[in-house]
Amino acid sequence: MKLVTAIIKPHMLDEVKTALESFGIEGMTVSEASGFGRQRGHTEVYRGAEYTVDLVPKVRLEVLVDDEDAKDIIDVLVKSARTGRIGDGKVWSVPVDDLVRVRTGERGLDAL
Amino acid sequence: MTPLEIDTGNTAWILTSASLVLLMTPGLALFYGGMVRAKSVLNMMMMSFGALALISVLWVLYGYSMAFGNDIGAGVLGDPLEYIGLKGLMTDDPEATLPAMAFVGFQAVFAIITVALISGAIADRAKFSTWMIFSGIWASIVYFPVAHWVFDFTLTDDAGTVTHTGGWIANNLAAIDFAGGTAVHINAGVAGLALALVLGKRVGWRRDPMRPHNLTLVMIGAGLLWFGWFGFNAGSAVAANNTASVVWVNTLVATGAAALAWLLTEKFRDGHPTSLGAASGVVAGLVAITPSCSAVSPIGAILIGLVAGVLCALAVGLKYKLGYDDSLDVVGVHLVGGLWGTLAIGFLATEEAPAGVNGLFYGGGVDQLWRQAVGAFAVLLYSLVLTLIIGFVLQKTIGFRIDEEDEMAGIDNAEHAETGYDLGNLTSSLRGALTGTAPRRADEDHNHDEEVTA
Repeated sequence: MKLVTAIIKPHMLDEVKTALESFGIEGMTVSEASGFGRQRGHTEVYRGAEYTVDLVPKVRLEVLVDDEDAKDIIDVLVKSARTGRIGDGKVWSVPVDDLVRVRTGERGLDAL
Repeated sequence: MTPLEIDTGNTAWILTSASLVLLMTPGLALFYGGMVRAKSVLNMMMMSFGALALISVLWVLYGYSMAFGNDIGAGVLGDPLEYIGLKGLMTDDPEATLPAMAFVGFQAVFAIITVALISGAIADRAKFSTWMIFSGIWASIVYFPVAHWVFDFTLTDDAGTVTHTGGWIANNLAAIDFAGGTAVHINAGVAGLALALVLGKRVGWRRDPMRPHNLTLVMIGAGLLWFGWFGFNAGSAVAANNTASVVWVNTLVATGAAALAWLLTEKFRDGHPTSLGAASGVVAGLVAITPSCSAVSPIGAILIGLVAGVLCALAVGLKYKLGYDDSLDVVGVHLVGGLWGTLAIGFLATEEAPAGVNGLFYGGGVDQLWRQAVGAFAVLLYSLVLTLIIGFVLQKTIGFRIDEEDEMAGIDNAEHAETGYDLGNLTSSLRGALTGTAPRRADEDHNHDEEVTA
């Protein structure tokens, strides 16, 4: 099993979610995040005083998947989250040792 | 002489205006509250509400008498004992067309908001108890006398005998300050500067971002201020008449022009017209038209507004050059806007307006201009010196600033044991949820919830 994590632009969430659902994903975790990459931050001006906002709002999306689906899901994520402009984010996956569905106690692939 | 009847139209308008002006202080609390960081929004609003509470009491006890009692000499102060506790003002005066209490109420709310305005200069860092003591002292020895100078007019009876002697700026100097450019805005603006100097800069000023946490509150606050300001200016006619109506229109159009000018300044200088700029432009325009609204034509009002918008938009940057932390720009907006509006009368006053005086541009020469300048700078100096002394003495005795650590963690929690927002995130209500206990009262035994969870 793998945990696929994507950091994406907040306004791309709906598109990415729809793409993952059409692929057949049955669950995901979404959280608000902030950070910066090569995009860096942006500036805001209040009464003429300029402030640099370093940390840009992002959405972190996590999906647990079967090993054989991981590559396809990463492709779906990358395709649906891309705008082609700077700040589109990153997608990565890491191996998962164990997985339990809390309600039933099912383990491993059964818990996906 | 035959008893006069109360003019119900005028009375209704003055009581309405007083209520409108009262609403300006909660409006100011929103305007200022939105501009600070989330961790100090409550303290910012509490400084306004504290002024509301305290000054309303002081006004009734002796403030009204100090401002509007018969002059004790040289036009500097009203007799504090004449109307102490508002004595003698409850009866229906057969010689009055407006009940004295209507005027007492209308002037009370001016005193309140003038004190509240100062608080914007010392955001995030002032002990609430010291602020309250400062408010009481400042109102007593700065505002009440200055209100006497500017707002208390000498009265004569039909035979020409003086029945009441007022303050020196209104009568001897004959400077025009219709609704409080000197008494309210220059006064509070320069007091803000003095306190910002006494308290010093906030921790991290110019290093950390201190951007407004809620601009929608700022916009609502600016809207309420504008609404209430129609009572402030048009109510200052002390009658429901032509003067009030001219003033109303001037108050509308100067404010619109100032907001436009501020936005255009931002557009050209920074690239974007901002909501904070619109809200600030509104207030700058209102400040500038306050003294001048009875003396200029609507076209004059537009000019006053346009200049106020540009001037104040540029003036708010001064603090970074000169190095004082006037946190919410009380100086840049109220002092600068108040000075401009007061001096503008000397240039733009026209005989056709209710005040009936010509300024420099209308062939009146410099006669009115020098009167305006003397009035403005007299109030400025008096307020600056006294506020520095009061602030300095309080700082050295009971302390004016909170601990540095409390300031960084947020003044709301340190001074009021509250936080402004509970938006349901993990840290907001975690403790109650984990222990499953009802909120604990402060006076209960501290071991209480350990027993419950054990």
